Amino acid sequence: MAQRSSPLLFPVLCFGIALLYLPILVLVAYSFNASPLVNVWGGFSTTWYSALMHNRKLLDATLLSFEVAVSASTLALVLGTLAAIALVRIARFPGRLLLTGMVNAPLVMPEIITGITQLLLFVSMVQLLGWPHRGFTTIVLAHVVFCTAYVTITVQSRLSAADRSLEEAAMDLGATPQRAFIEITLPIIAPALVSSWLLSFTLSIDDLVISSFVSGPGADTLPMVIYSKVKLGVSPDVNALATLIICIVGTCVIAAGVLMRRAERRRALEARMAEAAR
Amino acid sequence: MRTTWRPSRWLLILPPLVFLLVFFLVPFGFALKISFAETAVRVPPFTDALSRAPDGHLHWALTLANFRYLLIDDVYGVAYLYSLRTAFFATLICLLLGYPMAYAIARASRATQGILLLIIILPFWTSFLLRVYALENIIRDNGILNTVLLHLGLIAQPLRIMRTSLAVYLGIIYSYLPFMVLPLFATLEKLDPTLLEAAADLGSPPWRAFLDVTLPLSLPGVIAGSMLVFIPAVGEFVIPSLLGGPNTLMIGRVLWDEFFGNHDWPVASAVAIAFLVLLVGPIAIYQYFSVRQLEH
Repeated sequence: MAQRSSPLLFPVLCFGIALLYLPILVLVAYSFNASPLVNVWGGFSTTWYSALMHNRKLLDATLLSFEVAVSASTLALVLGTLAAIALVRIARFPGRLLLTGMVNAPLVMPEIITGITQLLLFVSMVQLLGWPHRGFTTIVLAHVVFCTAYVTITVQSRLSAADRSLEEAAMDLGATPQRAFIEITLPIIAPALVSSWLLSFTLSIDDLVISSFVSGPGADTLPMVIYSKVKLGVSPDVNALATLIICIVGTCVIAAGVLMRRAERRRALEARMAEAAR
Repeated sequence: MRTTWRPSRWLLILPPLVFLLVFFLVPFGFALKISFAETAVRVPPFTDALSRAPDGHLHWALTLANFRYLLIDDVYGVAYLYSLRTAFFATLICLLLGYPMAYAIARASRATQGILLLIIILPFWTSFLLRVYALENIIRDNGILNTVLLHLGLIAQPLRIMRTSLAVYLGIIYSYLPFMVLPLFATLEKLDPTLLEAAADLGSPPWRAFLDVTLPLSLPGVIAGSMLVFIPAVGEFVIPSLLGGPNTLMIGRVLWDEFFGNHDWPVASAVAIAFLVLLVGPIAIYQYFSVRQLEH
């Protein structure tokens, strides 16, 4: 793209970025406000952070959300990677179009529809099979669906960009296809695997709508607790909690970004070296 | 195409295929079935489509009453139209704001591009719920916006933004802007600058070159970004629920209330099915054909 600066574009970009960040910055500032009133600055304080540590309900919900996110993103990583390999490496198989559709659809399906249909499935399954009971299991199963979609898309794009000739060279030298894949291609797509796990984790820990539908009594995830608190009105401890979550998630996303970028750079370097050695 | 891995290929395909089939696709079948059932005071709160009467006869109970109810009670029609309108205008504003942003990023140097993209993506991964709540902190009656404006003497009374359509618009634009910028950037970045130079050499003023070259070539990005904003915005629940008021009745909220408030699962299922057919159906068909066209 042309390197021509336009006097109008830059202010719009700054405005857009300010729009995205201003509310978050205000929220972080409020979390250190000693006064519980939103429009009064009562001085700097970390009261709301220590209040969090004594909120049993919030801690339980955080633990549940954490367990759900780890289980769901790990399962989704396995299923999504399998789907990505199948879609990239196997040109034709029965159900290819169906798999493509089911991988893409959860990304655009309104959450409320996915949530309601999944609840109806779980309820009917309990009637027919006596399993799964609503709670941890059903939340994980529901989250795995949309996480798998994200994992597949991420790994798929990385995998289709990976050079197959290296793997073929390994097979020419006598490696089995599986061994060639594990030793050659897996390290190449590893950053994509890590970043898609992290992204699945943030998506899962953030989900409110689907969890609300498929959860059962006593299994409230963190967003569900936050939602009911926010719905009731202002609660300054939510500001503190939000700041903590935003920091953790922000670190994860930046880590994933840096990881992907570093791997990309290393690959570019290796490609240049290979070119030079020729 | 070489067919390596032949024996093990089903080990690859089957787990994700079966999982998504059971936990994503099959649920729609159950929703369809229950949308034809009747509400009942029991657990789960609906009748079986097929049941055995005490005299041993199979009893077939399917009813269209739920769908008829959607047509009779205009709350659904009103909410559906309001959702479409809100999502449409919010998407339009996102496009008008996001296009220049994406354009500016596409024109930046490589190093700046990476940083700007990270800045755009970061909020996209930060908790949706918390971001909506953060916006509430700003626009509520005693929020920071009104406090600042009152102090400056620009307004005599707090602006009423919360619980209005404006708040819902702000919420959607704020939450979905990154979804618009990223696909737009992806197409604008690939744009060949020599095309613009050629247009300039042939005497096109910049605005003309933009309309004739840049805009048509970035159309795939415009469509992709608009879809990514429009579809989830129509079904949005959190934003109208936290920022909206009694007048901002979006279909997602109606569905939620029907389900959690009225415990009317069959009607809620009917709303979901109708919504799916009316919204997602046409888009899925459009996507299917555009993908087919690309493959040819």
